Amino acid sequence: MLTATPPQEQIACLHVQLAATQVSGGPSLAFGIDRIDDRLADHGLDGHALHEVAAASPALSDDAAATLFLAGLAARFAAAAGTVLWAVTRFDLYAPGLDQAGLSPDHLLFSEAREDNEVLALAEDGLRSGTLGAVVAEVGRISMTATRRLQLAAAEGRTPMLLFRRWRRRALCPLSEPSSATTRWRIRSVASQPLGHAGIGRPRWEVELVRQRNGNPFSLTLEACDDTGRLALPAPARHRAAGADRAAARAA
Amino acid sequence: MQASSLPRHQQPSMRELGRRFEAAPPPFRGTRSAEAGEGPAHAVTAAWTWARPRILVETVGQREIVTAACPSARELGLGPGMVAAQARALVPGLDVHPAQPELDRALLDRLALHAVRAWTPTAQVSDSQALWLDLTGTTHLFGGEEDFCRRLIGFCRRLGLTARVAIAGTAGAAHALARFATRPVVIVPPGGEVAAIAPLPLAALRLSPEALRAAARFGLDSVGDLLPMPRGPLARRLGMATITRLDQAIGRAAEPITGVVPFEAPVAERRLLEPIGTADSIALVIGDLVGDLIEALRARGLGARALDLMLQRVDGTEQHVIFGTARATRDARHLIRLLGLRVDTVDPGLGIEVMRLTATRADALDAVPLAATFGGDGKPDDLAPLIDQLSARIGSAALFKVAPVESDVPERAVARVGPLESPTGWSRWRRPARLLRRPELLHNVVALLPDAAPRRFSWRGKAHVIVAGDGPERVFGEWWRRDGEVWAVRDYYQIEDADGGRYWIFRRGDGVDGTTGDLSWHLHGVFG
Repeated sequence: MLTATPPQEQIACLHVQLAATQVSGGPSLAFGIDRIDDRLADHGLDGHALHEVAAASPALSDDAAATLFLAGLAARFAAAAGTVLWAVTRFDLYAPGLDQAGLSPDHLLFSEAREDNEVLALAEDGLRSGTLGAVVAEVGRISMTATRRLQLAAAEGRTPMLLFRRWRRRALCPLSEPSSATTRWRIRSVASQPLGHAGIGRPRWEVELVRQRNGNPFSLTLEACDDTGRLALPAPARHRAAGADRAAARAA
Repeated sequence: MQASSLPRHQQPSMRELGRRFEAAPPPFRGTRSAEAGEGPAHAVTAAWTWARPRILVETVGQREIVTAACPSARELGLGPGMVAAQARALVPGLDVHPAQPELDRALLDRLALHAVRAWTPTAQVSDSQALWLDLTGTTHLFGGEEDFCRRLIGFCRRLGLTARVAIAGTAGAAHALARFATRPVVIVPPGGEVAAIAPLPLAALRLSPEALRAAARFGLDSVGDLLPMPRGPLARRLGMATITRLDQAIGRAAEPITGVVPFEAPVAERRLLEPIGTADSIALVIGDLVGDLIEALRARGLGARALDLMLQRVDGTEQHVIFGTARATRDARHLIRLLGLRVDTVDPGLGIEVMRLTATRADALDAVPLAATFGGDGKPDDLAPLIDQLSARIGSAALFKVAPVESDVPERAVARVGPLESPTGWSRWRRPARLLRRPELLHNVVALLPDAAPRRFSWRGKAHVIVAGDGPERVFGEWWRRDGEVWAVRDYYQIEDADGGRYWIFRRGDGVDGTTGDLSWHLHGVFG
């Protein structure tokens, strides 16, 4: 039977200790969509941590969707006039397309390295300098130790690190390898909402959070980045434009 | 004598100038100076006797005025001050180029710097055409004044320049004689300035055009006419500036030469008592050198843009570590880090004796105002140290921003620019996130001509069924680049396939006219 309540100062001390172990992250970047933010551990993406994104399949369309997802994240991380460093080994990005996801060309610095190790070294330099708004790196193979290094560098430089895991072999999802990233995302491009007329609607992605620290995975279908990098929820069925004739045409 | 240097009332009229073409001496005859036998500088070479006469023109208001003419053009009666249209009319086949005074000025500046380094401590660019060298106490190093003039003319001839040299006791007299003496080399004995410039026209005195006009009205032609005149009335009629110029030419008024100061690169050097070879000791010396160099830079208000670290081994071979910075800097930590990234390429051999760090290029670096936020919330804005560090890793060419180019052809609409540029954006037409390096040919395409998106195609061995499409966006070939693009047309479509993949494809040709393309389909980019 509890007779004596613990002294108040002891409880406060324990609270402080608990907070010290938990608060290692920086400010979190919310998506502005409650159905995502509520399921993320700190109601958004940690601004001083490593996040991984991969395409759901080796197809180029999923790869491009993951690219734009990253571009939108980087644009929103660096929204306050920060510069984004985008490190690649083979430069096939098309800057006008990234511009339409919110990454304006004067805030986007590319570096083209010869191999993955160089990309990681560049990313680490960029993170530790602390002058960048965000760092994006595209790598094929990366070890657990290297992700740990990036995570530490991001925390030290107080800069978000976005790692794009490219597919190397057809059968092996890059997110199946272990990593110390705070969140790991998998992006697949899915069919857009059929319009009532000719043309293509706003692109849609299936955004799957494969793993997050202190939280559960989930999966959602979202509408792609607008020109400030913001995602959106698809409109509910009753608000949709009539697309019955298109669906009929497709079935025919 | 040039027409423009004559007094106004003696200048030939336009009609006479026009006649000059018929009366011009044949180009086979040597020039005046060659006949006078004035040394190799004026030797007639067949190259320019036979070349097309060439003039330089400058646009003044609505007219083009000749600013310079080559010797063969002068032989034909052309000269500075003429209207270019008249020159063209007089001489068919004239070679006309626009004058570039800033390039002339740059050449003179370089010559002045060379003069300061090689000939005399004091040299100055006097105007758009000439240099002043203060030869006091220096000509004996070159074997006397005559020898010096000969060397000077030879030097200029090797540069492709025709030089005229006058040595006089005053800058004004030298200025007048170099331009208006008949011989290319004039050496005035001390005290002979008055006699030397007396026969020259008044234009030799650097007078204003108004003063020259007034003098012409009074019938004053040569400098000698001014000398006996009472100075009071002369100043009233021709202006005080005329008196000053005259006094400067004959040595009654001082005219100092402001010498150009050559840039001497800041340098720090350590000669080592014992040769060193270990990485630690090299790093230690680098730290000392950077400290010394930064002191030298700070004293002169400069920041280093390019540095050269020379390491001399005991066997006498020199190794250089050369690198640049994105912005002028005096930050010791930054420079030491940049050097540390590169110094591992150095082979110390048996040991290094001398290390010298030179700031081969330095820009002014003064205090900079704080940003408007007063260093409050945001991250430091200065990317230059990071850019230096990154380009030390992968080379400066691999670090870039992408800037728009005025072109509708997608692959030509982007260009790489330096990392410190701030490019603007593109138009809002939808563009893919990734562009294939080369458009890839599509097979088995089913499409309605002329302007519908395809229904199906196969690409990379996989069949795609198209459910939605948008287009066409027509891009015409850039006929000014290649002959093959004169009629070429690409029709771009955005399409979405049944699996949700969105692609950017185009068809060669507009689907109506066969000359615009062969109707083949290509995939060019991938939307997300």
